[in-house]
Amino acid sequence: MKATLDLRKVGLGLVAPVLALLVAFVVTSAVLLLAGDPVVEVWTQLLTAPRPRLVVAIINGASVYYLSAVAVAIGFRMNLFNIGVDGQYRIAAFAAAVFAGQGWLPGPLNIVVSLLIAVVVGAAWAGIAGWLKVTRGVSEVISTIMLNAIATGLVSFLLFRVADSTAGSNVTNTKTIPTSSQVPGFALVPGTPNKVYGFILLAALVGVAYWVVLNKTRFGYDLRATGRSETAAVASGVNAKRMALTAMVLSGAAAGLVGMPLLFGQDYSYGTTFQPGLGFAGIAIALLGRNHPVGIAFGALLWSYLEQQSNGLQITVGVSSELVFIIQGVIVLAVVIAYEVVRRAGLRMEQRKVASQISDEPGSPTPEGATA
Amino acid sequence: MSTAGLMEGAKAVTGAVRKPSLSPARIALIAVTAVFLIAVLRVVTGANDLASSGALAAAIGLAVPIGMAGLGGLWSERAGVVNIGLEGMMILGTWGAGFFGWHYGPWAGLLGAMFCGMVGGAIHALATVVFGVDHIVSGVAINIIGYGAAKYLAARTFTGSPGGGPTQSPQLQNLPSLSIPGVSSGLGSLEKQEIFFVSDLAAILRAMVTNLSIVTLIALGMVALTWWVLWHTTFGLRLRSCGESPVAAESLGVNVYKYKFVAVLVSGSLAGLGGGYLALVAANIYRDGQTGGRGYIGLAAMIFGNWRPGGLVGGAALFGYTDAVQLRGGGSTVHAMLLLLAVLMVGIGLWQVLRKHRVIKGVIAISAGVLVAVWYFISETVPGELTGMTPYVATLLVLAFASQRLRMPAADGLPYRKGEGH
Repeated sequence: MKATLDLRKVGLGLVAPVLALLVAFVVTSAVLLLAGDPVVEVWTQLLTAPRPRLVVAIINGASVYYLSAVAVAIGFRMNLFNIGVDGQYRIAAFAAAVFAGQGWLPGPLNIVVSLLIAVVVGAAWAGIAGWLKVTRGVSEVISTIMLNAIATGLVSFLLFRVADSTAGSNVTNTKTIPTSSQVPGFALVPGTPNKVYGFILLAALVGVAYWVVLNKTRFGYDLRATGRSETAAVASGVNAKRMALTAMVLSGAAAGLVGMPLLFGQDYSYGTTFQPGLGFAGIAIALLGRNHPVGIAFGALLWSYLEQQSNGLQITVGVSSELVFIIQGVIVLAVVIAYEVVRRAGLRMEQRKVASQISDEPGSPTPEGATA
Repeated sequence: MSTAGLMEGAKAVTGAVRKPSLSPARIALIAVTAVFLIAVLRVVTGANDLASSGALAAAIGLAVPIGMAGLGGLWSERAGVVNIGLEGMMILGTWGAGFFGWHYGPWAGLLGAMFCGMVGGAIHALATVVFGVDHIVSGVAINIIGYGAAKYLAARTFTGSPGGGPTQSPQLQNLPSLSIPGVSSGLGSLEKQEIFFVSDLAAILRAMVTNLSIVTLIALGMVALTWWVLWHTTFGLRLRSCGESPVAAESLGVNVYKYKFVAVLVSGSLAGLGGGYLALVAANIYRDGQTGGRGYIGLAAMIFGNWRPGGLVGGAALFGYTDAVQLRGGGSTVHAMLLLLAVLMVGIGLWQVLRKHRVIKGVIAISAGVLVAVWYFISETVPGELTGMTPYVATLLVLAFASQRLRMPAADGLPYRKGEGH
């Protein structure tokens, strides 16, 4: 009995993402047709198996997106919209890069302390929004958007003060991290010299920690309870304000780690070319993965796959690679709509089942007018 | 007896729900005080660009798109739909203005901007009203789609056009702008004499009568129209009732879905108009990334304005002004504003201590004010990277100090399904 129910639940859970991908496929094709671009060629380019070099890039991109999405998901579980992951990861990566670049500590210790700095700075920056929310009642949606812009200004201001600008280059960077503190990659994919970030382990660790804290601890239970129903949580003795602040700070702490795979595995310094916009992708991916650590992993891979595959669109078929944002946006929208539709369909199925069970029971009175 | 009781009750309810709105006299008083403060600040610091008609004209130009985005937010949130997708709709508007403006002239460009914004609004309405998706999620998705769609379409439609390219449209024709010749020059000479307060007032008036784009007037008309429609017609009352209590509205026979849908469509077209202003008036060209987050600032302006059109104009003006001052005067003008900030912080601190007896909060405010004052006196200018933060810091400060007095529509952002309210 229970097994069949669970099976149906799993089926319903899978219907939504598949439906969403189909909708995204149809909508994107319609856009291409309307704009007069070659539909078949675009999909061939996007759907052919990526070469080994691209596979590595996809995995690397996904590990960064994963961290960002987990940071957003921590807030989501508490009904908080941390739109500020974008600012938090940039300011944290900058602080960590400045410290790591000095090389005051020997190899691995330097990495560990830099990670701690990133976590603390990210948490503090998110903490501003959390503090404004619980003490002043400022919506975290607005305050984090403002803090993103402020972080941009602050980082560029500080960057030019501490910059180690190489002669003849207009790229401004912090000092390069000493070789002993750079994190080596793994040669996971055969057929290419490119390596997967060593810090993919960090992403996995954060994912496991997220799952354990949320599902296996009292704190995680309180957090989820507050997210579901604040009044019920307060009635059971949860301090909702402290919960909101803690969730925001934790979200910021995770956000602080977003830039770390890039910093220690690829760029080795923070500069004006450090990858922007990871926070916004994180929001979309957290939604795709339904805030579940495994779901987010699939979402991050899909996001990164689309991004890497679309890079070649301009060259191979002459279509602007920005098409990928339309696909991604439509997927997000279609996924949440599909989940909502499927949820309602599931609800109706359950109601019908219960109704039929009641009427099947011998001798039970027919439910008269009990429609509610 | 019972009548008196009812009256009492009615009074209490209106008092709780809505603070007495500002009378014209109070608005005038606030405006005069603001001009006076700026005049004092200008004289004390010598930063003349604080109240030059050039800076003020730039402020108007920057305030219009923010205000239109905010007005769009007002429509949809008054009907209970949070619209964080304003930015995306605005981006769609810039492309619409570029495409239709290039092919069919600037007026068509303006309509095209509104139409493209409305398409964004239609997607948002479909997701939130019809399918009941979380409003912020849908808004985030629309921002992604708007960003990508505008870039994709720009590359598709403007590549190889005369003077245009994959990231920008060809030059667009000007829309007419108005100025009142005699008044404008007279005020100009008055402004140049640098008389305390009088010149500042003249500069403001001059900015308002010189080279005023027709779109600015349309935008102001939209604000007035919104105020009239939402607060003085049956349609508006019903629309707002959907934002306060959709179940109650439904029980009175209001088609809540319809009103929400219409509100979000209007919202999108207004945000699109804001984008159209950027492309057609501010730049005469469509360019990738032209909106620069103004949709979000518009949302903040609306919250600042307490979900009311008058307050929204105030918010848009404030953000436009800080933006214009930092863009034009750069470091030295923002530096002058530090002094104002310091005085304000100390004032708030003293008020907290003496009137409210909140010693800790007061001391924090006073010490922050003193720190800002120290910064003002030991430095000559504010570095360029930091001046760009002015509007955002201003928004954050204003929200931090004023958020308790704000009241959003009661059912704003809540899901609504017909027939499920019990």
